[in-house]
Amino acid sequence: MRILGLYNYWIFIFLMMVGFYILISRRNLVKKILGLNIFQTSVFIFYISMGKITGGTPPILVEGSEEVIYSNPLPHVLILTAIVVGVSTTAVALALVVRIKEAYGTIEGDEISAMDNQIPF
Amino acid sequence: MINHLPILQVIVPLMAAPVAALVRKRGVAWFITVLATWASLAIAVLLLLDVRDGGTIRYALGGWAAPWGIEYRVDTVSAYVLVIVAGIGAIVTPYALLSVRREIGVKQAPLFYSALLLCLCGLLGITITGDVFNLFVFLEISSISAYALIAMGPDRRALHAAYKYLIMGSIGATFIVIGIGMMYMMTGTLNMADLARLLPSVGGRTVTVAFAFLAVGISLKLALFPLHQWLPDAYAYAPSTVTAFLASTATKVAFYVLLRVVFSVFGVVFAFETMSLHWALLPLAIVAVLFASLTAVYQGNVKRLLAYSSVAQIGYMILGVSLATVTGLTAGLLHLFNHAVIKGALFLAMGAVMYRVGSVRIEAMQGLAKRMPWTMAAFVAGGFSLIGVPLTVGFVSKWYLVLGAIENDMWLVAFFVLVGSLLAVAYIWKVAEAAYFKDYIGDLDVREAPLGLLVPMWALVVANFYFGVDANLTVGVARQAAELLLGVGP
Repeated sequence: MRILGLYNYWIFIFLMMVGFYILISRRNLVKKILGLNIFQTSVFIFYISMGKITGGTPPILVEGSEEVIYSNPLPHVLILTAIVVGVSTTAVALALVVRIKEAYGTIEGDEISAMDNQIPF
Repeated sequence: MINHLPILQVIVPLMAAPVAALVRKRGVAWFITVLATWASLAIAVLLLLDVRDGGTIRYALGGWAAPWGIEYRVDTVSAYVLVIVAGIGAIVTPYALLSVRREIGVKQAPLFYSALLLCLCGLLGITITGDVFNLFVFLEISSISAYALIAMGPDRRALHAAYKYLIMGSIGATFIVIGIGMMYMMTGTLNMADLARLLPSVGGRTVTVAFAFLAVGISLKLALFPLHQWLPDAYAYAPSTVTAFLASTATKVAFYVLLRVVFSVFGVVFAFETMSLHWALLPLAIVAVLFASLTAVYQGNVKRLLAYSSVAQIGYMILGVSLATVTGLTAGLLHLFNHAVIKGALFLAMGAVMYRVGSVRIEAMQGLAKRMPWTMAAFVAGGFSLIGVPLTVGFVSKWYLVLGAIENDMWLVAFFVLVGSLLAVAYIWKVAEAAYFKDYIGDLDVREAPLGLLVPMWALVVANFYFGVDANLTVGVARQAAELLLGVGP
């Protein structure tokens, strides 16, 4: 039961490994970015589920009910920042892929590495 | 005003960045950048003086008190790193004017300066903050701007190098966020001082895993062997100014983060006794020194050669940490400063060669000393310092490193440090031989680099010798910082 009760962490680990596997195994530059996104998203889920308390309400202060149990809002706010960071990383990565496509004519990592190795610099 | 110095340290380059991007003239953008970096240096020096007199400065952002709000903390360690980062920024930006004119398009130049300022802002922010999540945000600010800066390199391979750096860097940053999340889970705080207080009482497997994630994530950013693959390409193909700037600051700041997390947050007892971190770091550091130095000997591109040498120098710094003694840590911190001035000078010399010759291959440098005597002299002087010849800064840090190793009865480690230095002789000699003892075969119109490039380069070379002869200041600050990190002494 204990293992099933922690299912949110299993989802986190599963997503993390899926993303990481894509990152390592794929050679296509866009697919690598997708893997990176899944990898980062797993961390978002980790943070968000961490703040949840069983029976907790949204963290909104209602008059006359100071004794309410509420979920911790701080991890949610932190992860908003991390999402922004993730989006900007993806944007920069995609911009780089566009420029790589223009300069090399391909977005396959193997072919690009082969072209890189042809000319000594 | 004087009370707000910690926040001004970050705000000045942060605010100057959009201004530099918005003015469409590259000269004006450059001027704003120089002003901002020199202001940053002035602030950093004031902070260091303040800290040496009056102890740790604590600054609550927006007036929110420490564990809840973000706190900026300046102690000897961070003030020391701030001065190094801001100082390198202040020396590199005047150099940028001519180098950028040659290597980067008119349209991109203002954006280039903007990204450079953002990168500086991120690096300073990492150093000054006392909040682990804030540290992650600044880490990403500096990394994302660094990806863009590297991609602006003149060769198309710069794009691929920047992409590879982006993937590796993002993995590292994500590992760091996971580590931070686990620490928060166990303690409910993100403030470093608070974490240091609460973590020992919590313990357990989550803290162990958090430590592992943080150590791997930071090692990726640090380019510790074997996580260094992104570094040689990124440094070899980036614009000359960027290479000089990043090589002297980015990995140094990552090293600082490692020190902060290991010593200030987790503590010596947990890191070295419970987790035996030194048995992970020591072999990796030695392999880094030997393997990277050996690889450097076989490089044909001098910027790439110096990049591999950087990986080796990072090995020396980590070696100092893994000794976990005051002498060892002093050596690591000294090498942080010394390597910044050494590699700064060497990469600036290569930037001048790139400016005149248009290539940094060894073949292109044959007999170049006759054409560009001052530039090649700067390279050789920097090379001496890299090897560790007496009267240079490189000697001072290697001396302390060998001393630290012998104090711990690790004679073999001291031996490997000397082998690393011998390998440095080999790869520096390769370049010097080509430049001084071969006949010049290149274009006839190649002349000495202009003063705008020579002055910053020689400023760093002079620093190499000045701090090599009079090491009291640097050794004093480094020792004070090492004692602070280890929690011994005053």
